[in-house]
Amino acid sequence: MSELIRKTAAELADALAAGETTSVELTQVHLDRIAAVDGDAEAGVHAFLHVDAEGALVQAAESDARRAAGETRHLLDGVPIAVKDVLTTQGLPTTCGSKILEGWVPPYDATVVRKIKAAGLPILGKTNMDEFAMGSSTEHSAYGPTRNPWDQTRIPGGSGGGSAAAVAAFEAPLALGTDTGGSIRQPGAVTGTVGVKPTYGGVSRYGLVALANSLDQVGPVTRTVLDSALLHELIGGHDPLDSTSVDVPVGAYVEAARQGATGDLSGLRVGVIKELAGDGWQPGVMQRFAETVDLLKELGAEVTEVSCPTFVHAMATYYLILPAECSSNLAKFDAMRYGLRVVPDGDPSAEAVMKATRDAGFGDEVKRRIMIGTYALSSGYYDAYYGTAQKVRTLISRDFAAAFESVDVLVSPTSPTTAFPLGEKLDDPLAMYLQDLATIPANLAGVPGISVPAGLAEEDGLPVGFQVLAPALADDRLYRVGAAVEAALTSRWGGPILAKAPTLEGGR
Amino acid sequence: MSDTLVPFDEVVAKYDPALGLEVHVELNTNTKMFCGCPTEFGADPNTQVCPTCLGLPGAMPVVNGKAVEGAIRIGLALNCSIAEWCRFARKNYFYPDMPKNFQTSQYDEPIAFDGWLDVDVDGETFRVEIERAHMEEDTGKSTHVGGATGRIHGADYSLVDYNRAGIPLIEIVTRPILVPAEKAPAVARAYVAQLRDLIVALGVSDARMDQGSIRADVNLSLAPKGSTTLGTRSETKNVNSLRSVERAVRYEMSRHAGILDAGGKVLQETRHFHEDDGSTSSGREKSDAEDYRYFPEPDLVPVAPSREWVEELRATLPENPTQKRARLQEEYGFSDLEMRDVWASGALPLIEATVAEGTAPQSARKWWVADLLRRANDAGVELSEVGVTPKQVAEVQALVDAKTINDKLARQVFDGLIAGEGTAAEVIEKRGLALVSDDGPLLAAIDEALAAQPDIADKIRGGNHAAAGAVIGAVMKATRGQADAARVRELILEKLS
Repeated sequence: MSELIRKTAAELADALAAGETTSVELTQVHLDRIAAVDGDAEAGVHAFLHVDAEGALVQAAESDARRAAGETRHLLDGVPIAVKDVLTTQGLPTTCGSKILEGWVPPYDATVVRKIKAAGLPILGKTNMDEFAMGSSTEHSAYGPTRNPWDQTRIPGGSGGGSAAAVAAFEAPLALGTDTGGSIRQPGAVTGTVGVKPTYGGVSRYGLVALANSLDQVGPVTRTVLDSALLHELIGGHDPLDSTSVDVPVGAYVEAARQGATGDLSGLRVGVIKELAGDGWQPGVMQRFAETVDLLKELGAEVTEVSCPTFVHAMATYYLILPAECSSNLAKFDAMRYGLRVVPDGDPSAEAVMKATRDAGFGDEVKRRIMIGTYALSSGYYDAYYGTAQKVRTLISRDFAAAFESVDVLVSPTSPTTAFPLGEKLDDPLAMYLQDLATIPANLAGVPGISVPAGLAEEDGLPVGFQVLAPALADDRLYRVGAAVEAALTSRWGGPILAKAPTLEGGR
Repeated sequence: MSDTLVPFDEVVAKYDPALGLEVHVELNTNTKMFCGCPTEFGADPNTQVCPTCLGLPGAMPVVNGKAVEGAIRIGLALNCSIAEWCRFARKNYFYPDMPKNFQTSQYDEPIAFDGWLDVDVDGETFRVEIERAHMEEDTGKSTHVGGATGRIHGADYSLVDYNRAGIPLIEIVTRPILVPAEKAPAVARAYVAQLRDLIVALGVSDARMDQGSIRADVNLSLAPKGSTTLGTRSETKNVNSLRSVERAVRYEMSRHAGILDAGGKVLQETRHFHEDDGSTSSGREKSDAEDYRYFPEPDLVPVAPSREWVEELRATLPENPTQKRARLQEEYGFSDLEMRDVWASGALPLIEATVAEGTAPQSARKWWVADLLRRANDAGVELSEVGVTPKQVAEVQALVDAKTINDKLARQVFDGLIAGEGTAAEVIEKRGLALVSDDGPLLAAIDEALAAQPDIADKIRGGNHAAAGAVIGAVMKATRGQADAARVRELILEKLS
């Protein structure tokens, strides 16, 4: 196995700049790693749905040519990346983990994809996900589950399990994910990687196939906080094609990460969210969380407990707003213009074709949410469900606003448990939904959050995530705190947490 | 099933109508409501589309500021309040040529609301209250191929053109218009006509009913005279001429009365209007079960027009067409009847432009309404597209005034102008149309005519000057119309006095 794949994106960028390697070599070693460990729906990590070896190598060769001519476009020019299959990629399939989009090749790039292409990052391929980003385990992918590199009998989190597993398994140094209720942070937590959900509107959603438009956000999935900061600065910023994108300059995330890594958090006010911990949370998760909070104190932070009483309603609120929006978004899949078309026998009507296609093309979880959302929006129920949910959403935002009057950041465990065994919660949607208990409030309020590795739970030896939340547009605080925690823990562990993960089969 | 129709006079005697009009105006912005695609009419199918207006997965809308401006201008012209803050909503329903399977529209938060338009019918003014004017996007257009009727029923396949999908629309909705029954059809027509004139004056739409850039839905219900509750309404969709608006109201009144007289119940449904015989037929039944599941469009930020901007737009509103019409009638000295014809033909702006070129208003009116309108009707085009400009009309009239030509010759000059034979002077030159200015040939022709009709000469000599007409006619014939009739008359009278 090439040692290159163990390097962080920042280190790879340095190696490219120093002429110690080439983009083609970097891209090839990651393609080799994918070939060796990724496997398929039956076995292996199965982080990728589509691998674009040819396209990635062409992009890498172009990057090398640029670098040779002294025309590097970006610090990360030439560093390969994986992209969650919910982002449109011109000329490369985009399925959203669904049968209904099988074979669809978009004619356009998502804005974030356009940005990474423009910066010269070769795209290795598209990563697996729960169908239309609905799920917390990547078991709802129509193309088979992704497996956790720490233990392949376990889930890698969801819906962005593919992106997190690809980064954790050293198949890609960087990945893009999307986070609607925790789909970047929770997979980050259970795979020992770093995941960031930026401020809503901080990164363009144009080309992100919407799950719930008012909650979705694109963000980085990486192995270090600094790598996330680098990627976040690259993809962030106003996009005229997305009217919900905020028109403010991108923050100095890299600088914040470097500053945080010095380990000084003196004067920082940290609030521990009372409602996001305690009974029902895995003891090993709570233990690592408590240790990390102590660590913050050691680094000079003032830690207090804060209460956000409406957070207990966040789950119910989320599961009304999300299905409502997704029921509307998914109505466009009518079998007429792209994707799957199932034609029943005989001389079927357009309606019959649509019905058969949706029946075959949408999975159970998707159908469940379409039905809930349709019901929640229907006249006579709108006020009781969707309308009330929007009011509670406002209250949750107020809880955040009140909390951020007394503290600079809020912290909690990212997920109540470590990675659970594949299949365990598949037939229990409510148990599955609880995985996102701690991450959902940030999406409802539009505030940013990060999950950084906090160590391994004693009882199962699996990664635990530490979540930091900041006020809207104060994403830089995530990088400062995240980098400080990361630096302190890495030195305590004697190296990155992923070094403790099992060596996967294969490699060269 | 044929409808039982009650004669209009009987309907009027027994029932009171409640009328409601929903008028859709397609704005003439350069780009679509939510994307940068061009909006040119008549382009090849699916050449003006992008991921957003095709509703492709991942694509997002962005509001066209020009469309918002157009909506505000319409709202202000209709005396509406302009929302300080409003949102778009998704109207979820299935429609084959609606690519997202929801229409982005405004629901409970329209950009403009609570206005009015005063409508004149035969010198009487009716105030039509405007409930709201809201922004939305148009759908695509389906063509059903293979069937006999061009409808989806019986077709082999359907083609969809998304060029129109996403064109900005403003929907203007009235409150129930309560007018004397006999006036209802005329008020409906006058409202749409006046609204169209307003839109034209604002310059926000091509306002072509024949191209669907303005189309009206006619809501109508009847209640027994004196009743205070509204009856069940029908909604006749996409009526696309002023005459059809009037006919649709009249037909629905007669049809509803037929049902009510027979003790039946009017169905709440949408109906199609048929141009050929002025009838309507059932579309789909509208039940309470129809549920659009409206909710705020999460991909769009709210629209919050600043008060300064609204006031700037208010300050630049053009003169109200109704007031302008009254002012010009006064200035030009047109009778009510003349003005009605001018207005109905859409000639007023052309007459105004012709007068601005120095022509007397009555002369300008005569050419546009009497002569050029007939040519436009024959060619099936708008008066403004007849092929003659106000400047040319002014030139022709100047030549008439200078006695270079007369009215009859002027018509031949217009023929030449329309045929593209050059300027008026060139047409006269080429066709040899100038009046005979020399008295010699005229006197010769007079002598000849008098010789042929000696009794006429006696009558004229006896003081019957009207008898000169026969001689003038003969002279005109002999000169192929190129004589100045007034001069011929003078010469005859000189000769015989």
